[in-house]
Amino acid sequence: MTLFSEHAAGARAAFTAGVLRCAPVALGVLAYGLVFGALARQAGLSFGETAFMSAVVYSGSAQFVALGLWALPPPVLALALATLLVNFRFFLMAATMSRVLKGWSRPAVLAVLPWVTDENWAVTLAAGERRHWGAFFLGTGAMLYVTWPTASLLGYALGGVVADPKRWGFDFAFTAVFMTLAVGLARKHRAPLVWIASAAGALLADRLLAGSVLSNSAPVLVGGLAGALAAALGPRARNAG
Amino acid sequence: MRAEVLLAFLAMAAVSYGIRVAGFLVGRRLQEHPRLSTALDQLPAAILIALVVPLLARGGPAEWLAAAAVAALARWVDFLLVPLAAGVVAVVLLRGVL
Repeated sequence: MTLFSEHAAGARAAFTAGVLRCAPVALGVLAYGLVFGALARQAGLSFGETAFMSAVVYSGSAQFVALGLWALPPPVLALALATLLVNFRFFLMAATMSRVLKGWSRPAVLAVLPWVTDENWAVTLAAGERRHWGAFFLGTGAMLYVTWPTASLLGYALGGVVADPKRWGFDFAFTAVFMTLAVGLARKHRAPLVWIASAAGALLADRLLAGSVLSNSAPVLVGGLAGALAAALGPRARNAG
Repeated sequence: MRAEVLLAFLAMAAVSYGIRVAGFLVGRRLQEHPRLSTALDQLPAAILIALVVPLLARGGPAEWLAAAAVAALARWVDFLLVPLAAGVVAVVLLRGVL
C-alpha cells in the first residue's frame, strides 16, 4: 500500500466520522428545515426557488429573516444588508478555520468555506484537533448540506407539519447541542476568564439588541471578541488536554 | 423560477460567502502573532459560549433546568444524540410542569 492511499483512507475515515458526529445535529436542522419550507411556500416562493435558496444561500437564520422582508420584486439591497447583519458571526467562525484546513490549497479552502455554519462549525471545533481535521469538517458540512435543502423541500411539500417546533421541544435542540459542545470544549481548555468575558459580552449584546436583525450575530461577535480579548490579555490559559 | 428572485438569493449567498472568506483570511493572518494566536485558540470556546448564552437568556426556568441537565450529561456521554434527546424531552416535560 502506498503512502498516498493510506492518506486517502485516513481522510475517508475522518469524513465518515464527521458525518456521523453531525448526524444528531441534523435532526434539529431537519425540524427547522420543515418549518422553513412551509413558510417559504406561504411567502409565495416556488418549489424550485425554495430549493435554490436553501442550496445557494444555505443559511437558516438569514433565510428566515429574508422571508420576513419578502416582497416582489425582491428588495435585493435590503436582503443583502440583512444577510450581512445576520451572518456576520461567520466571520469569527471562519477565522478559526485555518487550523482545521491546514495544508489545504487556496482553491480547496475557497470551495469549502460556504459549509461553515453554526452547527457543523461547532461540532468540528469541539471535536478538537485531529489527523484529517479538514476531511472531518467536510463530513459535518456534507451531512448538513444534504439535510437542510431536503428538509426545506419536505416542509414545502408537506405544509405546516412542524408548524410549532416549541410544542415538541425542537426549539431547544440547538441550545442542547451548543451546551454539550461548549461543556466539552471548556473541559479541554480551562480558561474561566475567557468564559466569563464571553458570556457577559454575549448577554449584554443580546439584551441590547434582542428582537432586531442583529440579534443573531451581535452576541456571538461581542461575546467571541470579549473572550478572545480576555485570552490575549489575561494569564496564559492552562491547557488540560 | 423568476430571475429577480434567483438574483436576490445569489446576492445573499455572495454576502455570506464574502463574510467567510474575509474571516478566514484575517484568521490566518492573526495566527502569525503569538499573542493573537493564543486568542485565536480560545475563540472557538468563546463563540460557543456566546452562541448558547443568549439562547438561555431568552428562555425561562424550564429551559435553564433542562440546560443544566444537558450540561451534567455532557460530562459523561460523548455521543451528542444522548444529551440532545434528553434535553428535548426534559424541556417538554418541564414546560408542562413549570
